Amino acid sequence: MTRTFATADAPHIPATSSVASVMQQVLYALLPGIAAHCWYFGPGILLQIVLAITFALVFEAGMLRIRQQPLRTHLLDFSAVVTAVLFALCLPPLVPWWIAMLGMFFAIVIAKHLYGGLGHNVFNPAMVGYVVVLICFPQVMTQWLPATAPDSWTVGLWDSIITIFSGQLALPVAWDAVSQATPLDTLRTGINAGLTVEEIHNSVIFGDFGGRGWEWIANWYALGGLWLLWRRIISWQVPLTMIGSVVLLGLLAYLIDSGSNPSPMQHMFSGALILGAFFIATDPVTGCTSNRGRLLFGAGVGVFTLVIRRWGGYPDGVAFAVLLMNMAAPLIDRYSVPRYYGK
Amino acid sequence: MPWDVFSIGLLATLLGLGLGWAARRFRVGADPVVEQINQLLPQTQCGQCGYPGCRPYAAAIAAGTAEINQCPPGGSTGIQALADLLGKEVLQLNPENGQERPRTIALIDEQTCIGCTLCIQACPVDAILGAAKQMHTVIESECTGCDLCLPPCPVDCIVMVERPVNWQPSMPVLGRPSSFQQWVDSNPAGHS
Amino acid sequence: MRLPAREQAELAGQRLYHFHGGLQLRHYKKISCQLPLGRSKLPPRLYVPLLPHAGAQAHALVVQGQAVLKGQPIARYELPQAGLLHAPTSGTVTAIAPHPISHPSGEEGMAVIIEPDGRDLWCKLQPMEQWQEADPELLRQRIAESGIVGLGGAVFPTHIKVNQARDKGIHTLILNGAECEPYISCDEMLMREQPQRVVQGALVLQRASGARRIIIAIEDQMGEVWDFLEAAIESSGANHIQLVKVTNIYPEGGEKQLIQVLTGLEVPEGLRPADLGLLCQNVATAAAAAEAVIDGKPLIERIVTITGKGVKRPANLLALLGTPISNLIEQCGGYSQDAARLLLGGPMMGYALPSDANPVIKAANCILVLTHADVASEREELPCIRCGECARVCPAVLLPQQLQWDLRHGLFDDAAKHGLNACIECGCCDLVCPSHIPLTQWFRFGKSEGRIQTEEKKTAELARQRFEARELRLASIQQNRDKRLEEKKQNLQKQFVQQEKITAVLQRVAQRSAQPVLQHSDAAPVADPPDSIQPRDDESS
Repeated sequence: MTRTFATADAPHIPATSSVASVMQQVLYALLPGIAAHCWYFGPGILLQIVLAITFALVFEAGMLRIRQQPLRTHLLDFSAVVTAVLFALCLPPLVPWWIAMLGMFFAIVIAKHLYGGLGHNVFNPAMVGYVVVLICFPQVMTQWLPATAPDSWTVGLWDSIITIFSGQLALPVAWDAVSQATPLDTLRTGINAGLTVEEIHNSVIFGDFGGRGWEWIANWYALGGLWLLWRRIISWQVPLTMIGSVVLLGLLAYLIDSGSNPSPMQHMFSGALILGAFFIATDPVTGCTSNRGRLLFGAGVGVFTLVIRRWGGYPDGVAFAVLLMNMAAPLIDRYSVPRYYGK
Repeated sequence: MPWDVFSIGLLATLLGLGLGWAARRFRVGADPVVEQINQLLPQTQCGQCGYPGCRPYAAAIAAGTAEINQCPPGGSTGIQALADLLGKEVLQLNPENGQERPRTIALIDEQTCIGCTLCIQACPVDAILGAAKQMHTVIESECTGCDLCLPPCPVDCIVMVERPVNWQPSMPVLGRPSSFQQWVDSNPAGHS
Repeated sequence: MRLPAREQAELAGQRLYHFHGGLQLRHYKKISCQLPLGRSKLPPRLYVPLLPHAGAQAHALVVQGQAVLKGQPIARYELPQAGLLHAPTSGTVTAIAPHPISHPSGEEGMAVIIEPDGRDLWCKLQPMEQWQEADPELLRQRIAESGIVGLGGAVFPTHIKVNQARDKGIHTLILNGAECEPYISCDEMLMREQPQRVVQGALVLQRASGARRIIIAIEDQMGEVWDFLEAAIESSGANHIQLVKVTNIYPEGGEKQLIQVLTGLEVPEGLRPADLGLLCQNVATAAAAAEAVIDGKPLIERIVTITGKGVKRPANLLALLGTPISNLIEQCGGYSQDAARLLLGGPMMGYALPSDANPVIKAANCILVLTHADVASEREELPCIRCGECARVCPAVLLPQQLQWDLRHGLFDDAAKHGLNACIECGCCDLVCPSHIPLTQWFRFGKSEGRIQTEEKKTAELARQRFEARELRLASIQQNRDKRLEEKKQNLQKQFVQQEKITAVLQRVAQRSAQPVLQHSDAAPVADPPDSIQPRDDESS
């Protein structure tokens, strides 16, 4: 009276996590930052997120279809959604709808699927998409709104929808009247015009330690990032060395010449540094895998960001720095293999 | 003008000397490609490729006079390895040279053997032991399964038997169950 | 061999260290510790598999129809293992035939099938009373003859390990009671019920191996086991035995990990614990060694944990080797309704058996029956996203994602360079992989395939050398033959020329004597060379 059983390979305990759950947690961690973003810059960003997710899923589904991959599994792994949200968070809130389409086309179709899909892409898809639209449409991509509390939003929800879909500002005023440069942009223009950092800082767009509004958004991103660290979704190496290198080098520059170099706090809390440190440079697929490699990767992103901000042609350099280090990642990985047990 | 001629001449001389020195300093001994190819061949020495041994075949491949698909014992993995090494297209095994099959070893029926030494002379790797009028036997661990001892045997006392294969853990199938597996099955050429 | 690390190893157990990675798993051990240790009922038939062991084949020493006594050797391993298998009870050998043999392959193999006569008659035993003063060589011999192997699951012959330890000169004996894999509680039960045996085993192994110190390592969640062992140590007067509590992190009970925890040292690649002056043995192995030396009883039974939600009354049973698993399950109340998978070993490293006709073997520390809910619906595999979780939990500090990439592309050499052979197949990486890649199975496959390929390369290299040597030999034979031929040819040529000269002279003489009056003539008459002295072309024999 023997009984037969189906067999399987050890281990026989099911896995504790999944790609989908990892991606979902990244999305949860972004929520506080998104909320803060909304608070200061109006509801435009929500529309951009919705647009980007829609386009991302459409392109993803199309590419999966062409590549004959299972649709359900891959659409539900949420990787395309994360790409879309990170991309949207880099956009000025009122850019026209086709920016999201173009960006997602390059992110999902070119940077992700043409390189082999999930797990095989060399470059961070969100950053590829962002950099493409940034380079192609520099003017549109610098039309930021002033950071204000919700009671004094310049552009409301309905106006935002109309603006995004018509490409025309829905208000009876010109763009110049509403738009405002980002703090980093202002800093750059100011320094080029021969002003000192202190003089520039008197502008209303600067807050207590970073850009007005930007500093708090960055704080909420950091909160989400810390939660991810605690959940062990991301490792501490990349954020630490990335922020660390920016602070250290920024401090050095600031000490040498505080007239033409902003303080490290300014660097940290303006632009995409915190978002980049916790959410973009920590992308496992395009980063390094060993701990030592991650330390180097983060430091590299930090240094490049600072260099581009200081000497490059763009006010912020996180996206470019991440892409540059993406290129270096395989090489770093090759030379940072840990010593295994007993070797 | 004379300076130009002089300096260019000097440069040419120096570079020439440098090249000459490098040619001596970094000279490669034997033809390394032949060695590398030979490393990838199974060393069965069976001659199915049409050459009297693996090394001659390696030399022929290196010289471009033989294709990489003439070695049945090496099989498709061997062809793949050769293609990788030489940067060539992967080919199907040429059926004229034979079929890929499991590795075998020769076994001499010691009752029938008359001790004629013909198989000993035919064995390319000296894996058969014996003397005239004495019973012969195959050194199991050294036999490459080349079949070359079969034709000369006057009493047909040699048979080829399959090499015993030990159990080994199986290679995981791509994607555990369900739809992904079906996708792999329906796309034999598809990777990822 | 004296390593600089040896001095540090001598401080084993003075403080505890960490090993890399590992996982905190729910241990589910209590469920099989509710009932006291039971004894399995005698089944109608016992099946003792003639399992091949690390390449060594087992040869039966009995024939069909032969009556055997309990403890009588029934099979012997060829060298170098040189172990023995013994009859678990008295009875008749009904057949030596194919039967499921509890092998990971799930396939059948030869087994000695014994029908018990129910009298359970021992063969003549040779207890050793003065074992504390006995010659260590005698102890080692007894351990070898009793078929003692590592009962933690690796079933490596104990006498070989002890002999190595003696050869290298060890200082510390570590008894491994850190049973870190979930569900398994047979060692805990042993230390609860027979702490005396464990302590005696420690002393026996100490005498056999020549160790100066003994450390018994148990887990901190084992509660009163500590007190039982302490009491046993006190009553036996062996106060030099040190008890150490280690934390419950899987795979802390792995030999290499336990050594790292106790000494802070890694066992260098290619070396053994004995090179550090350490001998590591499972507590159950030690108890079996005590049984073998003191009572003269060979290894014919072991404690097996029968557990899991798929069993109605989980328990630990002292089972005769060869007892079909179905009998043990029956004794534990049978399967619960949703039993889905039958494992030999724990849920991390154990292997699934296709049927419960498989018998208890020396490696069977645990029979685990998992339910459908335990094994869950297995999810689809996705591509690696290089998250690095596998590397974080790997106790061997490997990069599993890199290794699986190597193996997927058939790069077995690269995998070996990246340390594949340091993998202990603990399964931690599988558990944390968000892409559900069967990493451990890749590594099991890769290790074995890599070994086969290395072996094949070696034989190919040997064949090449023999072929080239033969070519050289044939060439030199040919050359010699040519040389001899050439020499002969030249000799003949010389002879011929001389002969010619002689003939010419003779002719001249003859002419001269025939014609005494010499005419003025320059041209001497030329004689044709005689045909008979043509050099032969094919002369050699």
